[in-house]
Amino acid sequence: MKKKINLWAWFWIVLGALYFLVPLYGTFDFSLHEKRGVLSFFAYQNVLMDPRFRESFTYSVLMALATIVVGLLLIVPTAYWVHLRLPQARPLIEFITLMPFVVPAIVLVFGLIRIYSGPPLAFTNSEQLTNLLLMCGYVVVAMPYTYRSVDTGLRAIDVRTLTEAAQSLGAGWFTILFRVIFPNIRAALLSGAFLTFAIVIGEFTIASLLNRPAFGPYLVYMGNNRAYEPAALAIISFALTWAAIGLIQLLSHGRSDQGQLGGMH
Amino acid sequence: MAQATQNQTRVVSPQRPSVFRNLTAWIGVLPFLIFVFLFLFWPASSLIIGSFETPSGSFTLKNITDLFTPSILDAYVLSIQISIVTAVGGGIFGFMLAYAAIQGGLPRWIRTALTTFSGVASNFAGVPLAFAFIATLGHTGFLTAFFADVMGVKIYDLGFNLYNFWGLALTYMYFQFPLMVLIMAPALDGLRKEWREASENLGASSFQYWRYVALPILMPSLLGSTILLFGNAFGAYATAYALTRTLNIVTVLIGAQISGNVLYNPNLGYALAFGMIVVMAISIGLYTWLQRQTARWLR
Repeated sequence: MKKKINLWAWFWIVLGALYFLVPLYGTFDFSLHEKRGVLSFFAYQNVLMDPRFRESFTYSVLMALATIVVGLLLIVPTAYWVHLRLPQARPLIEFITLMPFVVPAIVLVFGLIRIYSGPPLAFTNSEQLTNLLLMCGYVVVAMPYTYRSVDTGLRAIDVRTLTEAAQSLGAGWFTILFRVIFPNIRAALLSGAFLTFAIVIGEFTIASLLNRPAFGPYLVYMGNNRAYEPAALAIISFALTWAAIGLIQLLSHGRSDQGQLGGMH
Repeated sequence: MAQATQNQTRVVSPQRPSVFRNLTAWIGVLPFLIFVFLFLFWPASSLIIGSFETPSGSFTLKNITDLFTPSILDAYVLSIQISIVTAVGGGIFGFMLAYAAIQGGLPRWIRTALTTFSGVASNFAGVPLAFAFIATLGHTGFLTAFFADVMGVKIYDLGFNLYNFWGLALTYMYFQFPLMVLIMAPALDGLRKEWREASENLGASSFQYWRYVALPILMPSLLGSTILLFGNAFGAYATAYALTRTLNIVTVLIGAQISGNVLYNPNLGYALAFGMIVVMAISIGLYTWLQRQTARWLR
């Protein structure tokens, strides 16, 4: 009986492993065939030498960093305050942080364009303001994940005691937040940050419809114009996702299976 | 509110009037509320309002009724079909995988590997995912060539096509079933060994154990997860756009409307988005409710 169950379990695991790995191997293999007859990293070379790759990648990295900083500055004080002083607001805040799931990226960008592309708030006429709009869109998209990981982090520490101890030593709110709370939930903050990074770096929907030169639209541009480079780019993107998610799991020590849910499809 | 006020007085200095304290406490979450209003609720509700307006701004229901004209209805039907197929397919496959890894008596590292893979794969979506499937199963893809060279089977001659409904479904599955694995893992952890032993001691067959013990316990989270997968596929845009622009699903239609007003009526576009919000709200609402039902068993 025991033996039979094991066989059956192995069957599904092998099938799952094939579904995971075959497209990855296939893509990798495909990406090596740019030069007829030989295996080469030519496609990767082409991609890495392409100035548009560097520009769009840098743009998206900066966008991800800005999203992380602004997202955390917005979410951490809010979640902290809810834990400490406003427990009755928790259901409301949790409800709000679920809303980005109800409004998919394609609908969100539609709404952002409707509000911010004409008077009185014609953000899209200015490049800088469009960048700002894109970042705010990303903060919204990443919010459910950021909030959840920050909330988990705050649950694990004794917010009240830490705050009171800091206060009794004469610390102000700024000191409490940045020198007591932030360091104590470092792992949660980093998880949120890496997940945000994974979401923003290849994001296509909002960036392309706001016409920003991000990495996602660059990928589609390459997909339209090249054969082998897209495969190389898919492998690079996969490695980036892997790095971000791997770091999250390292930080959570395998405690939570749900820390890395979600993404942009 | 009375309950809330009581909570409040317990934690703050009691000499101040609690209502006043309460108001000041709300100021702490004001930046957050303003932000979500500006960049989420206002844009979203402007679409909802716009879908009940004529281009000149007066009230109408015509945009909503126009959603039921064939070309738009077809897009919703196709979106719903692909979401159901990948949610049910991904749900079953993901459940089998999670069950095998957690309850199947396999070595512990299998589970760790599966969780890691699932975390990565459920986030590996959008344009790069489409590229990976084109490189694997496109006309000149790795697997297409493998089948042709090694087995002499030309899958495109047999009717396979990566760029149609089933191809897109196969691609979506790549992020669907890992998501299922991640959501089902905690629920499967909650399935105690003792319950199986108890039912076996009472003479229950494997079928009876599943029918009367395991499935009823897992049902809310199975249903909830499948619904979440449905929403996950329904809102997907980048993957579909990068893979096929000919497949008329709602998100692709909205994208075309944003960049080119293909419906020749902005307000009909807003109604299209409103319809999406409604479908997503229903699925997320059901998911949240069902997750709460499950939570009882996981304590």
